[in-house]
Amino acid sequence: MTAAIKIEGLSKFFRVGFWGRRVQAITDLSFEVRRGDLFGFLGPNGAGKTTTIKALMGLIFPSGGQAWILGKKAGEVGVRSRVGYLPESPYFYEYLKGLEFLDFYGSLFQIPKKVRVKKAEELLKLVNLEGAADLHLRKYSKGMLQRIGLAQALINDPELVILDEPMTGLDPIGRREIRDVMVRLRNEGKTVFFSTHILSDVEMICDQVGIVNKGKLITTGKLGELLNPRIEYYEISFSRLNPAELEGLKPWVTNTFQDGNLVHVTVPAEEHKDGIISRVQKAGGTIHSVIPHRESLEEYFLRQLNRSG
Amino acid sequence: MYKLFAIANNTFKETIRDRILYNILIFAVILIGFSYFLRKLDLLQDPRIVIDLSLACISIFGAIISIFIGIGLVYKEVEKRTIYTILSKPISRPFFLLGKYLGLLMTLLVNVAIMTLVMYLALAFTERGIDLGILRAVFLTYVELMLITMISLFFSCFTTTTLAAIFSLSFYVIGYVTDDLKILGAKSGSYLASQATGLLYQVLPNLNYFNIRGAIVHSLPISLEQILLSTAYGIFYIAIFYTLSIVIFSRKDFK
Repeated sequence: MTAAIKIEGLSKFFRVGFWGRRVQAITDLSFEVRRGDLFGFLGPNGAGKTTTIKALMGLIFPSGGQAWILGKKAGEVGVRSRVGYLPESPYFYEYLKGLEFLDFYGSLFQIPKKVRVKKAEELLKLVNLEGAADLHLRKYSKGMLQRIGLAQALINDPELVILDEPMTGLDPIGRREIRDVMVRLRNEGKTVFFSTHILSDVEMICDQVGIVNKGKLITTGKLGELLNPRIEYYEISFSRLNPAELEGLKPWVTNTFQDGNLVHVTVPAEEHKDGIISRVQKAGGTIHSVIPHRESLEEYFLRQLNRSG
Repeated sequence: MYKLFAIANNTFKETIRDRILYNILIFAVILIGFSYFLRKLDLLQDPRIVIDLSLACISIFGAIISIFIGIGLVYKEVEKRTIYTILSKPISRPFFLLGKYLGLLMTLLVNVAIMTLVMYLALAFTERGIDLGILRAVFLTYVELMLITMISLFFSCFTTTTLAAIFSLSFYVIGYVTDDLKILGAKSGSYLASQATGLLYQVLPNLNYFNIRGAIVHSLPISLEQILLSTAYGIFYIAIFYTLSIVIFSRKDFK
């Protein structure tokens, strides 16, 4: 089966300003998104995420390279009937009401009126906007606009959903709702591709990630494989240890932090962990917790960005 | 066809909810209604004043409406980024432009119809009565407005609303003086000037072809052939500007 998204050597530069200065937005980008995956497209602001997505949707024309969605060339009109797209900070026809708005987008897919209205009502329910069906979009809050934006991307029951920064500007509840919808779509067998710079969202739900910086792809793969599986350090918390004993632990710990009776220490080497635990216990101290720390996506992300300059 | 109608209908909704449109329309309607009273000032109380003024209003205010709604539409879609969601649906760019244009024509038709109705209302109280022959002038004015709308849409594809308004307005004005332009060039005695004005005369649409208002006012004969030829002339220019719009719009990057 062909990939949901395939990008090969994609480049795009824009001409800006009066003199047409050349600004490279993306350089020689290549990666694939398999069908059925929930793919997080990561990168700091200005990394080229939106440019890549717009090239996929045929809103901009690449300066070099090629892209395919669902086996068809990106920009082909026909394939768009199988794709849903939510642009970054979307603006919609504010003179339309919620239901009217979804109905209009449905009509662009030539969905029969009856089916369209039913689907629109279903989607309003999915994104928790049933109460706002008769409200003009100009009265919607930012979170509501984002949610109805997601609903319009799903009006044609797409195989592939492309979402550009779907969580930006939302409160924690709103973000969670969007996340839930994305997971649900994946579970229904759809491919979900979304860009973000909020790492925790990715960490929680993604099967695969791609990281871009300054228009170049840094890495792509399974989240579990990208992150270093090795335990980086242990955080041990204990209490009731006399100061002299605590001083004696210093050579093996990098960080000591006192919080009331509780002392937290950071132990970088695994072989020292057991020794410290037994020393604390022998001296009459009580161990409260031992927490192993693996590399988080944030640390990985920063490491990769630093490496790429 | 269905999608085309959906876009046209949405455009129609958008423009019809625009307040500027109502301001212009109300002003035009008042002026046309006023022509009835203006007639009373005339010694002969000639109803021709009503027709003359009304038709002029339809043309001028129609052009203002055409330009104002034409220039904003594509530009506004890009500026407000509503175009992203539309063009990511299975809609080709030429199709999108055509849908927008048809929507504008619907709005324009409603406006011209209202102005025409008010004119007939004023005329009903004069001895000329409801003279349906005047509709021929209204029809050609509408064709003229169709062309102006397309020209505005064309400019709206690649420039800001202010510049598009200036350019479109220039086209409207020049469209009425192309004959004079040619004469001016010929009289200037300069070869270069006469060639340049000659070229402009050939290339730019001559809006006088749509103007049979004088003949209608004075009840002069107008052949059907003349009306058909003028209509064909208008459609020809609309097709040219539509093609040019597609060429520009189809290559545009929506950054």
